[in-house]
Amino acid sequence: MDSTRLAGRAAADAPVSAAPRRPAPARARRTARARSPQWTAWAFLAPVVAYLLLFYAYPLYRNLDLSVRDYTVRSFVSGDAPFIGLDNYREVFADKTFLPALWHTAVFTGASLLFQFSIGLALAVFFSRHFRLSVLLRALFLVPWLLPLIVSASTWSWMLNTETGVVNHLLGLVGIGPVGWLTSPDWSLAAVTLANIWIGIPFNLVVLYSGLQAIPQSLHEAAALDGANAWQRFWKISFPLLRPVSAVTLLLGLIYTLKVLDIIWIMTRGGPVDSSTTLATWSYRLGFGSMLPSFGPGAAVGNLLVVTALVFGLLYIRAERRKVLA
Amino acid sequence: MTTRAIPDRARILGAALALLTVTGLASACSSDDTKGSAASGAYTVWDPYPQFDGTAAWAKLIDKCGADAGVTIKRTAYDTTDLTNKALLAAQQGSAPDVLIVDNPVVSTLAEAGVLTTTEDTGTDVTQIVPNLLAAGQSGGRSFGIPIGANTLALYYNKEVLDAAGVDPASVKDWASLTAALQKVKAKGKKGITFSAIGTEEGSFQFLPWFWGGQGRLTQLDDANGVAALSLWEGWLKDGLAPKSVLSNTQTTSWQEFATGDYAFAENGTWQLENAKKAGFDYGIIPIPAKDGGLAPAPTGGEFVTVPVQKEAGRYTTSSKIVSCLTSGDNALTADTTLSYIAATTAIQDRQVQATPELKVWVEAVNAAKGRTSDDLGTKYPKISEQLWTAVQAALSGSAAPADALKTAQSSVK
Repeated sequence: MDSTRLAGRAAADAPVSAAPRRPAPARARRTARARSPQWTAWAFLAPVVAYLLLFYAYPLYRNLDLSVRDYTVRSFVSGDAPFIGLDNYREVFADKTFLPALWHTAVFTGASLLFQFSIGLALAVFFSRHFRLSVLLRALFLVPWLLPLIVSASTWSWMLNTETGVVNHLLGLVGIGPVGWLTSPDWSLAAVTLANIWIGIPFNLVVLYSGLQAIPQSLHEAAALDGANAWQRFWKISFPLLRPVSAVTLLLGLIYTLKVLDIIWIMTRGGPVDSSTTLATWSYRLGFGSMLPSFGPGAAVGNLLVVTALVFGLLYIRAERRKVLA
Repeated sequence: MTTRAIPDRARILGAALALLTVTGLASACSSDDTKGSAASGAYTVWDPYPQFDGTAAWAKLIDKCGADAGVTIKRTAYDTTDLTNKALLAAQQGSAPDVLIVDNPVVSTLAEAGVLTTTEDTGTDVTQIVPNLLAAGQSGGRSFGIPIGANTLALYYNKEVLDAAGVDPASVKDWASLTAALQKVKAKGKKGITFSAIGTEEGSFQFLPWFWGGQGRLTQLDDANGVAALSLWEGWLKDGLAPKSVLSNTQTTSWQEFATGDYAFAENGTWQLENAKKAGFDYGIIPIPAKDGGLAPAPTGGEFVTVPVQKEAGRYTTSSKIVSCLTSGDNALTADTTLSYIAATTAIQDRQVQATPELKVWVEAVNAAKGRTSDDLGTKYPKISEQLWTAVQAALSGSAAPADALKTAQSSVK
């Protein structure tokens, strides 16, 4: 069992060790074509530059532009919306939805990350033991990830229905009165967070599982020989060595969770009365939720989300750099 | 020589290919040109009926109207919530369809955006249309389209549940008698009434018959009449006469609750008639009662056939022909039958009732109905409506008393 796994590791390591060796013919060809290396380089760069400009830079620019203009339906069509500086942002900050939405975003994202990560990690450790049927079971755990969000969100809202939902039915059997999962302002945020956690676990499981696989088995064996028990081996070996993977997982999870819209929109529309409104659903509601779209404020809220994600991204990069320097 | 022969042949081949491409492009361009010129080539029609594919009676009707006007029609169906933004974007890019069929409260928004022509511009006749239905597409005294038909809301009831509770549906004449009936039903262990109070336009649509039936005004949401209407709904939820799930119910999920057979009443629309026949229990329909008796004005639902602004004014003549074809005579009857709508002209309404007597209650309801954007509310309506459904959600979820919820709503309408 162990020997086959080690063999597998060796095979997996092979391409890594081969990579630094640059094949000689390539170098020869390059000197032959040295006449216009500049042009070739640009030619190779062009597709990705065009792609980035078209699908990243331009939409971002448009979103910024939308957020600093006073768009009405008329000026949206004629394209002559007046420039109003930061008025849309001021309007958004002064809106009575802003603080609740910000708070809900923080709670939704924080709780989702905490539970997704800890449950995902627990499952990853569980599956790294390779018991019988573990592959099948692990595949089953991926199902929430594969389902289209509209399917999982609809199923959740059906299960959590106050009157006829299966969850309230089961709670009723043990004597707990009907909970207004989607209809009570006290529960709606918890309900959408619950659904989001369920959907996010497979991602954490997969990434952390592969992270665990990359930790050399010999470390565990050595620690076991020194008398460390399973608990100590996890906290002293797996968890610290998993740190880079954990950081990436959490960062990706954060960016993903900040922008979650479909689950909340399908389950509660951000309601009742803003009680499950996050910045993402608010932005959508401003832009598309009413018959009279307010694109300007909607774009402003969207930009706030972009900036938040960017800040955490930069924090991550800084932390990485500090580690490299250390 | 032989070494040069190959490149030569390749060059000739390349030139031939280039020539082919150029001529191909040129012919493509010229065919585009003919498509662009007036009164020929394909006319585009957008509608919000994705449930009808190319073989449906509706699609065939559109093709027929195109053929009558001497053009071919390219039809695209969008989900109704997508259509407003799609139409706005298309107008921005100068690629609006020739004929746009769009939900009636959206008409004033699109008109405000300058996207739609008036019926006067296109020379379309609107004299046959029932005034209260036409009003939903009017703004500043001008009409921006013709209703294809109309639907509205009424109360479906389950005969078996009412019989078991000893309630005569004919006795439900006003709010008090309705509430009394619901209480009798509840006492028998059945459920009272289901509706949709979701936080979207659907929620406002369903609340308006009660709001208007109690003399509420959309320009002053928080007066005593408005509060009375919201208190009626809130009281039903508090007393268990209506389920909590109305807060997240769309009209479809609300109907599914009624279809379980446990509910005495359901507030729902004309479009559920076919499903009612399949429900497996005896049902009936009564109009929604006003507070002190009589018919409550329900909001008009249903789409308007409009003609978006085009660069070439020459296209309007043909577009207008297509619009008239879809909205008059036998064609309108076909369209309204497939859509399960009530016609927008008295003549066809009479024919519908003759053919199907049970439609009588719906025709009455449609004639008592009121456009949401009428009373010159126009583009103010969407903002008012958003606050109204928020107030409904606040009161029904218990986060604010009806009076407070409506006060907040009124102060938030800018």
